[in-house]
Parts: sequence; structure tokens; C-alpha cells
Amino acid sequence: MLFFSYFKDLVGQEVTVELKNDLAIRGTLHSVDQYLNIKLENTRVVDQDKYPHMLSVRNCFIRGSVVRYVQLPPDGVDVDLLHDAARREARGG
Amino acid sequence: MAATTGLESFVDQIISVITNDGRNIVGLLKGFDQATNIILDESHERVFSTKEGVQQLVLGLYIIRGDNIGVIGELDEELDASLDFSKLRAHPLKPVMH
Repeated sequence: MLFFSYFKDLVGQEVTVELKNDLAIRGTLHSVDQYLNIKLENTRVVDQDKYPHMLSVRNCFIRGSVVRYVQLPPDGVDVDLLHDAARREARGG
Repeated sequence: MAATTGLESFVDQIISVITNDGRNIVGLLKGFDQATNIILDESHERVFSTKEGVQQLVLGLYIIRGDNIGVIGELDEELDASLDFSKLRAHPLKPVMH
């Protein structure tokens, strides 16, 4: 639940999602669900010359199971808040 | 939550699916469920290669199991029509390695 809440706070920010097939997609985070499926808007593939497979896609749904990394904006993490939330989660609620 | 992560907004739209085995299937989304299983109508596969342009293989009505789905993209038809697929060259996508 912690990461679900965390990603919900990032909605509206620009992120880069790297998939487990090495494809990296950059876009504005539109929404996220309990499976950490991600919806991005205004997407573009990071290396379009190598990966022209999504040239005509501007909005996309990424299945949580294929996400390797989510690269966040530098100021996208409130470290203190995340520390507190992680401790609370570890304590069991 | 205001924004939904479901596929409701893609229903009856043309979508481009990237599967875990690296294939790219384009078709009209007719239905989906929680496991991201989807029903595609009038679908075709786009085969990328480095030797020739993109080949389109007609598939017709297709059901894709959610396990095998990586990305579902909403196809912008105007943008898509402006692409010259006979000139596009690329390696096929790698399969997803978990």
C-alpha cells in the first residue's frame, strides 16, 4: 500500500518508466492503481530511433508487471515523509 | 480517486499493444477485465525488421491474456496515418525478461 500511496502523490509529474524489455517511456503520470499499473499522458519513447514502435501513441497504459524502474523528478521525493511512512508500515500500520 | 487507471477510456478506440514476447498488435479494443485480458477486433500485427519496412499481418478478432501484455497505447490515428511504414526500419522489440 505504501508505494501505491506514494505513486498517487506523484500524479501530474513527469516521469520516465523503464520496462523489462529495455524500452523507456517518458510522460506525465496520469494515474496508478493497486497493481502499480501506470497510465502516462503525452508520452514519448526515450530512444525513438531505436524504438519506433510507439511513434503514434500519446497516451498509454503500462502493466505494473513489466515495469523495471520509474525515474522520478529530482524533487519528487519528500525523504522525511517517506521515512516516516516506511517506519509506520514496518510497525504494521 | 478522480483519474482511473482502467482501460475504460480506450474502449472502442484503436490501440497498440506491446506483448511480453515483443510483438506489436494493433486493433479496436472491445473489452477488458481486471487481469488486463483484452478483446481486440479487426486486429493486425506489425512486424518490425531491419531488412525491410513494417509488415502488417491480419489477425482478426483476438483475445490477449493479461499475463502476456506489456503496454497498451492509444493510437493517434492522424499521427499514425502520417507515418510511412514502408520506410521504418527497426529491430523487433526484445521479449520481457522478468
